[in-house]
Amino acid sequence: MKLSEIRDLLNARVIVGEDKLDVEITTAFGADLMSDVLSFARSGCLLITGLSNPQAVRTAYALDIAAILVCRGKSLTDKFIEIARELGIPILWTRFIMFESCGRLFQEGLTGCIRKTDGTEEKTIVR
Amino acid sequence: MSGDDLSESLEGIYHIQGRDFVDAGIVSSEVKKSLQGKGIPESIIRRIAVITFEAEINIISYAQQGTIQLFIEPDAVIIEANDMGPGIADIDLALQEGYSTADDSIRELGFGAGMGLCNIRKFSDIFELTSEVGQGTHLKSIVKLNG
Repeated sequence: MKLSEIRDLLNARVIVGEDKLDVEITTAFGADLMSDVLSFARSGCLLITGLSNPQAVRTAYALDIAAILVCRGKSLTDKFIEIARELGIPILWTRFIMFESCGRLFQEGLTGCIRKTDGTEEKTIVR
Repeated sequence: MSGDDLSESLEGIYHIQGRDFVDAGIVSSEVKKSLQGKGIPESIIRRIAVITFEAEINIISYAQQGTIQLFIEPDAVIIEANDMGPGIADIDLALQEGYSTADDSIRELGFGAGMGLCNIRKFSDIFELTSEVGQGTHLKSIVKLNG
């Protein structure tokens, strides 16, 4: 799914990365705890989070995460946007809550970047 | 691989001020940038970025100040984190997932859930942690380049 399709599905605003809307994303990870993201997320996924501080951007950068979707309409600081631009991380922003965001994206074919924390069920579920 | 004298393989030294929450994570980003273009696999760089991130958060959260040193050896990257802080009285307890003494200022960053040291250990090939109460903590993480 292209980043532009994610934008459209969630009525999201593109805050950073207008030039990267053609990036293909197939997996996602949703969390507000960055230690969980660092532990379990995979490169190339979409990070869905309600944490809109510079540490979320730096976490995405550490893992080569494709883009961040800030959910729940969280306010964004200039510093957050500045660091996202500097590190080249696209930012989408939506008022949908995390559950709705994840549900709508899953329904359209996006899957978790891992299934379970013990590493089982890594393979994509046939839908 | 990891002899005592690492001075010739020192790639960078990063000074970290305790309680400087605004820039938390910047050392991880800088370390990642410095490792790119050196022929190190991206998956290895990601592991080092995670280790550095969590070590940096720990210093900011608990110590007055500290340093992270990065060494590139022919067969491994070594991350050493040293701080002047309260130290860890019970290392086994500190390494239990979920154990945390973090305050709200750390949790607001998206950390402080008792996973930092576990994450460092998880992404390291060799992990050493020593500490002296009232003096500080020394952490050494080795990530092998051949996997």
